[in-house]
Amino acid sequence: MLVILKTLLTVGAGILVFAAILGVLYWLASQLHEPWRERARVAVFVGPAIVLLTGLVLPAIINLRLSFHDRNDDWYGFRNYVDIFTDEDNLLVMRNTLWWGVMVTLASTVMGVIIARYADRMRGEPVAKALIFLPTAISMVGAGVIWNFVYSPKEYGLLNSMYQLLPGEQKTQFFLQENTFFGIENNFIPGINTFFIMIVVIWIQAGFSTVVISAALKGVPDDLVEAARIDGATDRQAFYKVVLPYIKGTIITVATTTTIAVLKIFDIIQTMGKGGSFGTSTIANEMYEQGFPQDNEGLGAAWAVLLFLLVVPIVFVNARNQKAMREAR
Amino acid sequence: MTATIAPAPGHDLTPLPTKVAKKLGSPVGRAAVWMLAALWTVPTMGLLISSFRPEDDIKSTGWWTWFTEPTNVTLENYSGVLENKVNGLPFSDFFWNTVRIAIPAAVIPIVIAAFAAYAFSWMKFKGRDLIFVLIVGLMVVPLQMCLIPLLQFFGSSYFPDALEGTPTIWLAHAIFGMPIAIFLLKNFIGSLPSEVIEAARVDGASHMTIFTRIVLPLSVPALASLAIFQFLWVWNDLLVAKVFGGGAESQPMTFAMVDMVGNKGNEWQLLTAGAFVTMIVPLIVFLSLQRYFVRGLLAGSVKG
Repeated sequence: MLVILKTLLTVGAGILVFAAILGVLYWLASQLHEPWRERARVAVFVGPAIVLLTGLVLPAIINLRLSFHDRNDDWYGFRNYVDIFTDEDNLLVMRNTLWWGVMVTLASTVMGVIIARYADRMRGEPVAKALIFLPTAISMVGAGVIWNFVYSPKEYGLLNSMYQLLPGEQKTQFFLQENTFFGIENNFIPGINTFFIMIVVIWIQAGFSTVVISAALKGVPDDLVEAARIDGATDRQAFYKVVLPYIKGTIITVATTTTIAVLKIFDIIQTMGKGGSFGTSTIANEMYEQGFPQDNEGLGAAWAVLLFLLVVPIVFVNARNQKAMREAR
Repeated sequence: MTATIAPAPGHDLTPLPTKVAKKLGSPVGRAAVWMLAALWTVPTMGLLISSFRPEDDIKSTGWWTWFTEPTNVTLENYSGVLENKVNGLPFSDFFWNTVRIAIPAAVIPIVIAAFAAYAFSWMKFKGRDLIFVLIVGLMVVPLQMCLIPLLQFFGSSYFPDALEGTPTIWLAHAIFGMPIAIFLLKNFIGSLPSEVIEAARVDGASHMTIFTRIVLPLSVPALASLAIFQFLWVWNDLLVAKVFGGGAESQPMTFAMVDMVGNKGNEWQLLTAGAFVTMIVPLIVFLSLQRYFVRGLLAGSVKG
């Protein structure tokens, strides 16, 4: 009982203090005279976010400096970056990360559009969407256990058990535990083990894109669709010509968010990929492995900078797209 | 709200709406949705079934063999999780710790981000677009990179060390959730019809009035979906709580779960039940927020 009371008090106090701070700030801003009042109000609206974000900006700057130093913190020039672009293993890490960005983003966004479209107004829509959402709610620890029941080479591994059903004597496959797959070396792109982990992440991410795209779909005014249909458009045409352009912004948003989340993929590589073994490493994983266990902070930092640079074009395209959409209205 | 829709000029649509709209979508599409939903559920179902099986069965046969003898169930895994003491504390303490961390850590960043998203969409100030692009760029800064510098700041004497570090965890979550929250909300709030905002402004409404009376109510679907995910990330987090929190008495359920498995060595079968115990609240949050994904909030505000 005591612990529940304590919980409620802390939650209440935390939110109250927060609301009070915002309220007082806005009240103070309103006491000023123009033109300062407008400026102060802008500051109250954006300020808290900017203050919090310094918590990300400062580490990023420290990191940039680190990337030009070696493991003894001596000046190292661009050699960390040269290392990344020449070392064979590092190139695989980079290829893996790019595949992650493309495959998972494409698969989960397309899934999201398809489910949001066909489940919309369907009987049992909430149930179907809840089922797709289910994996998103499971913690990483839980996901690890679940997929162990799928990939494990032991008797309780689903894939191997299904494989054993084929006629004849079948050799047990060690998914994620060795570099060969049905007797074939998998040095082609991407490492087949990376692909197995991608399936898990698509399984988790689809819930996110479905929920967000579905929310946008509900925002499409009925009269638009009806007008199109009255003008003789088929379902397909109404969807591709009217609905899809209307929610294009959201789809791009979802794709961007997913790409960025996936480029940072880390936890699951640590658990399912055993810290990036058997060709499963990614940039974020390498960043951690170099930075902490291998004590080579400079190289880890260089990976982080590279990750940041990879995202810049995505953000740029996104910003331009937004601007174009705003001007089109 | 539908009552306020002005019929588009030239068409009298009043008798048609629901009938026509319902036809969008096809039997094949619906079948595909159910098939995908079923496929998506298979791994989770395996976990659910396993969580009710005795330890020996879990570790020796596949969960699908349960169908051959469906009476062979036990609650041992669940009682194992719930009765287990972690650092001398009952499991329920950790549940409440998670609640205590998760609610403010979900609410605070969303409120701050909504304010910022409004400013980036509808307030005019120098460098607005540039700052926004930089914030989106910050989405990529990986959490692992910021842990040590932030820890040094929070650990310094300038920062109060109150309530077993819980406010520190809130702040850390707010920081890490900020870029994506601003990005998602800005995309939604920025695409609200400018006619509505302009009209309010002409009527002399202040920013705060427009924000609370117009923008927030219209953004309910976006806010609801963001709330679900921010809550989910925070609820399932282990790393941030471990790094920024105090001792075991302030730690969330995820900590208790990992600790349980670590201390008891080979008892990973408890995780099958544990995964479901931690999943219940996020599912309730999702199901209860789902009804806010409502249609037609914008109806009548724009010319069709």
